[in-house]
Amino acid sequence: MKIEGYQSKEHYDEMFTSEGDVRPHYQEFFQNLKKTPYKKMNHLQFSANQTQRAMGMTFNVYHDNQGLEKILHLDIVPRIIPNEEWKKLESGLKQRTYALNLFLQDIYNDQKILKDGVVPSDLILGSKDFLKPCIGLTPPKGIWCHITGTDLIKNKDGEYYILEDNLRCPSGVSYMLESREIIKRAFPNLFNKGGVMPVSDYPAKLLKILQFLSNKSKPVVGVLTPGIYNSAYYEHSYLALQMGVELVNGVDLIVEDNKVFMQTTHGLQQIDVLYRRIDDVFMDPLTFRPDSMLGVPGIFNAYKAGNIALANAPGTGVADDKAVYAYVPKIIKYYLDEDPILNNVPTYLCREEKDRQYVLDHIEELVVKETNAAGGYGMLIGPKATKEEHAKFKELIKSNPNNYIAQPTLSLSTVPTLCEEGGLEGRHVDLRPYILYGKEIEVIPGALTRVALRKGSLVVNSSQGGGSKDTWVLYN
Amino acid sequence: MLSRVANHIYWLGRYLERAENYARFIDVNFNLMQDLPVDLKEQWQPLVAATGDWDLFISKNQKFEKNEVLYFLAFDLENPNSMLSAISRARENARIIRENLSKETWEKTNQLYMMMQEGADKKIWKKVDPRPFFEKVKNQILLIYGIADSSVARVEGWYFRQLGQFLERADKTSRILDVKYHILLPSGQDVGTPLDFLHWMALLKSVTGFNTYRRVYGNIDPSNVVEFLVLNKYFPRSIYYCLKEAESCLHHISGNRDGGFINPAEKAAGELRSHLEFAEVKEIIDYGLHEYLDNLQIKMNKLSDLIDSTYFRLRDNFISQNQDQ
Repeated sequence: MKIEGYQSKEHYDEMFTSEGDVRPHYQEFFQNLKKTPYKKMNHLQFSANQTQRAMGMTFNVYHDNQGLEKILHLDIVPRIIPNEEWKKLESGLKQRTYALNLFLQDIYNDQKILKDGVVPSDLILGSKDFLKPCIGLTPPKGIWCHITGTDLIKNKDGEYYILEDNLRCPSGVSYMLESREIIKRAFPNLFNKGGVMPVSDYPAKLLKILQFLSNKSKPVVGVLTPGIYNSAYYEHSYLALQMGVELVNGVDLIVEDNKVFMQTTHGLQQIDVLYRRIDDVFMDPLTFRPDSMLGVPGIFNAYKAGNIALANAPGTGVADDKAVYAYVPKIIKYYLDEDPILNNVPTYLCREEKDRQYVLDHIEELVVKETNAAGGYGMLIGPKATKEEHAKFKELIKSNPNNYIAQPTLSLSTVPTLCEEGGLEGRHVDLRPYILYGKEIEVIPGALTRVALRKGSLVVNSSQGGGSKDTWVLYN
Repeated sequence: MLSRVANHIYWLGRYLERAENYARFIDVNFNLMQDLPVDLKEQWQPLVAATGDWDLFISKNQKFEKNEVLYFLAFDLENPNSMLSAISRARENARIIRENLSKETWEKTNQLYMMMQEGADKKIWKKVDPRPFFEKVKNQILLIYGIADSSVARVEGWYFRQLGQFLERADKTSRILDVKYHILLPSGQDVGTPLDFLHWMALLKSVTGFNTYRRVYGNIDPSNVVEFLVLNKYFPRSIYYCLKEAESCLHHISGNRDGGFINPAEKAAGELRSHLEFAEVKEIIDYGLHEYLDNLQIKMNKLSDLIDSTYFRLRDNFISQNQDQ
């Protein structure tokens, strides 16, 4: 198909330079694209949609009355990352994960970093995500964040910036895996020729890091889900299926003598490791929120007694707070005595008076975020918002400054995307690679690339009109 | 296997079987209609009666017209036993325990659901001839069975699904027999008229038993039909056969290799099975077929309850924890 008139000047485009030349790592794909008639591309896209529907690759949306299950649109044009670029990402993510893990261990134990005044004590100790019951705890093998899904974007300068460290229960990995299978069918000849690194061993690797947490030779592992109404239920069952472990609900588990048991047709069976996809505070109504119907009463005591390993460990949420984010470069420096390999986005903390004033004065240029919100909710994109919205957020910030941070508006890079109107147009993307922390830290050579399908939109969240792309990391 | 998962698998088996039976009932009844003499009105009431949802139907409709009955049996979500309800619940059960199903089983069940939705959107019940649709649905369910047959390991999960399937089938066979027999009985002693014949044939076809019956018994005779559908040792839809299989599933699940019983569910299943194993059709007729079948249905429901309390019921983990401390 023809790719004339493609706009790659305004933003960094992953396929084309601002002069309109194809970047070397997209060469193979581009040659193929040129030979593929437009009709065929549309057909491939159609088949991909059909496959997703048949697979039931759905997520649930809460703020939508159009029906519970939705498909995350998968655009067939991949996002390709050259190996050199990936190498840097990989080492940067490892460094960051390692440091954040040390940070978590520290703040729940010796609190040296707080005592040394590198991170303000009140920011941590006053955070609702700082879980007091975890004080003095060291999780099995000292690992807190077993599975991390860090969000990055590429700015106009062609550099990656970390947007968010997701240390709780990052979702989306099933899309990375299933999308790959679908795209392999769409471009069967490109993978081998183009040298795309595989991601399909993710479930095996995940199982390994989970088993690593137990000292038993054959530990029983399970995935704990809040249930079928959770937006990521598809993923929970997918991962359980792929790992060959049980998918359990809170009601399936029962705690006796500080041990956790599954209720099976043949009586109680002990479970040793849980990949839990339930938020910290819903895990145990006896320790945390008493109204939680999802969790397992008594599981926290079993965890404290060392009879069950939980991944991720309870309490990690305090470290991926958007305000703590601003301190991560210092955290890396403090524990590792290294400069951060990956950039942070400059962040204004509304809790600090100087920063707050700057934010209030420049709100129309900034992106304002709630420190604890996720999924693109509670967010203001200054340049795109109305005067009324600016005023509303100013009030919000003044009334609860701790709850807000602001960052300069970044220009998200674009990737050519098949559009409903026909043809390819640049759409903004972000990047969520997955990092596993077991015996060692490993970054899976692939990612979830989320794409804002609406023209000009910067919001890539699936709950707000975002789609996804397969992400190819090249061997060379 | 998790108790909750076993429960979902059991119901997956039941709902799929239910939907498949309804698809066939509708198909057969539609065929029957076409052969009826012109002066006879279309008979859709018996079909509603056979499903046991007579009261609900009456509360929603005045007449037993084809469109209304088809909608009620196939697409009405307010009817908890309609095909769409059953298939939605089958799919919901499958979705919950997807990690325990093969990829194909899930995908075909998902497709089945989409197929039904599409049928509802297209208002299939208004079609002059809706049979191709029901045939397609039936075949999709058979496809799911086929995939399972050749790909599912014969471990617990398999037997729980089979258990649900056979108990549901036994229930459906008993219901369709009960209703049809009732309607036919007045003239039933003498199956001479072509109309009688059509009805008996329809009954047997509703359980895919017409050809088999012919081979075994030859001529249509009411008590032979009863014997065939209740007591036959080899026909996979006879009530005896279904209960024998259900009992065997229970033994596989518990690992009971010595026969007899080791839990209340096995005891109930074994008693029911042996009762039929040694019954004669004359006893059934003398007892009164309707009373006999009614009795069977009550016992089968009891069996289902015992399966639930033996295998599916969960202990409340909150209460247990509070007692612990």
